[in-house]
Amino acid sequence: METGFLAAATGFYLIGFATTLFALGGGKFQPGRFNVLTMALGFACQTGFLWIRGQQNHSCPINSLFEVLIFLTWSMVGLYLVFGPAFRLSLLGAFTAIFVFVLQVVAIVAPLQRGPHPRSVLNPWLELHAALSIVAYGAFGMAAVAGVMYLVQEFQLKSRHPAAIFYHLPPISTLHHANERLVGLGVVVLTIGLLAGLMVGSPTNFWKWAVSLVVLVLYGGILTLQAIRRITPKRVAAASVGVFSFALITLPAIQWLSVQHGSTR
Amino acid sequence: MNIVCAGISHHVADVALREKFAVSNGALPEFLRELRRIDGLNEAVVVSTCNRVEYYAASICPVRTFDGLRDVVRAHTGIADAPMYQHDCPSSIRHLFRVACGLDSMVVGETEILGQVKTAYSAAQEHGATSRNLNRLFQQTFRVAKRVRSETQITRGPVSVGAVAVELAGKIFGDLGDRKVMILGAGETSERTARSLQSRGVRSMIVSNRTFDRAAALAKEIGGMAIHFDHWENAFSDVDILISSTAAPHPILTPQRLEPLMALRGPRPLFIIDLAVPRDADPAIERMDGVYLYDMDSLQRIAGDSLALRQKEVVRCEAMINEHVHEFVAWLRRGHRGPAGAEAAWAG
Repeated sequence: METGFLAAATGFYLIGFATTLFALGGGKFQPGRFNVLTMALGFACQTGFLWIRGQQNHSCPINSLFEVLIFLTWSMVGLYLVFGPAFRLSLLGAFTAIFVFVLQVVAIVAPLQRGPHPRSVLNPWLELHAALSIVAYGAFGMAAVAGVMYLVQEFQLKSRHPAAIFYHLPPISTLHHANERLVGLGVVVLTIGLLAGLMVGSPTNFWKWAVSLVVLVLYGGILTLQAIRRITPKRVAAASVGVFSFALITLPAIQWLSVQHGSTR
Repeated sequence: MNIVCAGISHHVADVALREKFAVSNGALPEFLRELRRIDGLNEAVVVSTCNRVEYYAASICPVRTFDGLRDVVRAHTGIADAPMYQHDCPSSIRHLFRVACGLDSMVVGETEILGQVKTAYSAAQEHGATSRNLNRLFQQTFRVAKRVRSETQITRGPVSVGAVAVELAGKIFGDLGDRKVMILGAGETSERTARSLQSRGVRSMIVSNRTFDRAAALAKEIGGMAIHFDHWENAFSDVDILISSTAAPHPILTPQRLEPLMALRGPRPLFIIDLAVPRDADPAIERMDGVYLYDMDSLQRIAGDSLALRQKEVVRCEAMINEHVHEFVAWLRRGHRGPAGAEAAWAG
């Protein structure tokens, strides 16, 4: 049952991206509508999968890298459904759809443990720490998507010969604000997540904390430089893409370290 | 029942002639009454814009209707040999669909005409000049126009220098309401561009010119503020859009001059529209982060690309229009034969 939900979610994201791409190519793109529908349906299917997996695990379904990736993409789509319409970022859905589709395919085809992983000991602080940390990564992921869109639109403007996509992408100032707010949201949520981790009460892995802190410091640095006007919006966009790439690459390492440490979180 | 159309447009007459045909809102009720007295004519709509004056009618006898239309127009304008065109069914239906879709406009794909056709239809409806046939025709017209606009790229992209500038400003800043514009050099093109930006909500304008009086005159006209040319750099830190069209023989906007000014502005982007020939802006400034420089060539190229794309889309639009023409003609024929068909409606 849960495999069906996951396959359906992946299919919806692919359909969402493919139809947008096709519509853009044919000049028939209508902002919002079908794209939001496919994202909402994909989100509903993912929620179904995570609900069933949570019942099987008797805990938040983030006990393996496979589950973490699904939870991460679920967070990203959830944030898109909240942030996208608010910012009128019509094409954000298409950019998000392809990104979450690729992550889901990686989760499904990569040699990962995909079965349920019930936890014997439950600690609410640990649950909160892990869940908030991944939601924060979801916000950073969405900031990276907005960052990529910013860089694409900025390139179009600088080229002085804009292509068709230019007319469908939002203004760079809107993308910059979305990027900034999503990074800010991620920093706040990750900080709360790390503070919740301090309340777990058992010793934690140094490297895992170190990587999480580095991610937090890097994003905090971007916000600080932005606040004191030492960094241009273009560099904010590039930095949010770069730091998220780093965070994504280190995600398997954190998971591996968690397993080595005897904890799945 | 037939749908007929006659009229005069920018294709066949210059503005001096077209303006004689214009039907004002005040004169419309009487004009419609005159049209409805024409033998065989049951319903009428008059579309009167700056580029066209067209009469659409539902008639049971097109030949007598065309003659009557010419008589009414002659009486109204005093012109006997006006180069009026006329279309009988189904060409008249196709013509209306093409007009509403912007295919017959001076700038292909312009969208203002659809609003004007809607207004013309509403006015005729209000004065009781339409019934079953024209009501159906105009409703179908609005559906065709909506479909053509949403399914093709006929309205895509700006097609004039001013419109390109507005589009680019929108893609940089989003809402233009709070943006400040500085005009360096009070020329005609910069004034037109500034007015385009004003039409999209820009409220704050600063004008600077070597001759202060000219700056002051333009500032007064567009509701801005004039400053002396020697002081434009002092006001630069607040500016978001710079329109430059001075007659300076060398670039006045160079990286060396802009870098310290940009540092004062923080990370806010700057959109420079260089309309001067020779150019006011050194092309090297486009390498600066946050500076978007467009000169006359690049603006015209974008406008040209948009126009070329629209022209390419015309074939697709015509195909869609043909589908709807066939559909409407089929409806018209069904209605004509039907027992409770159009005849009953015409009686009223």
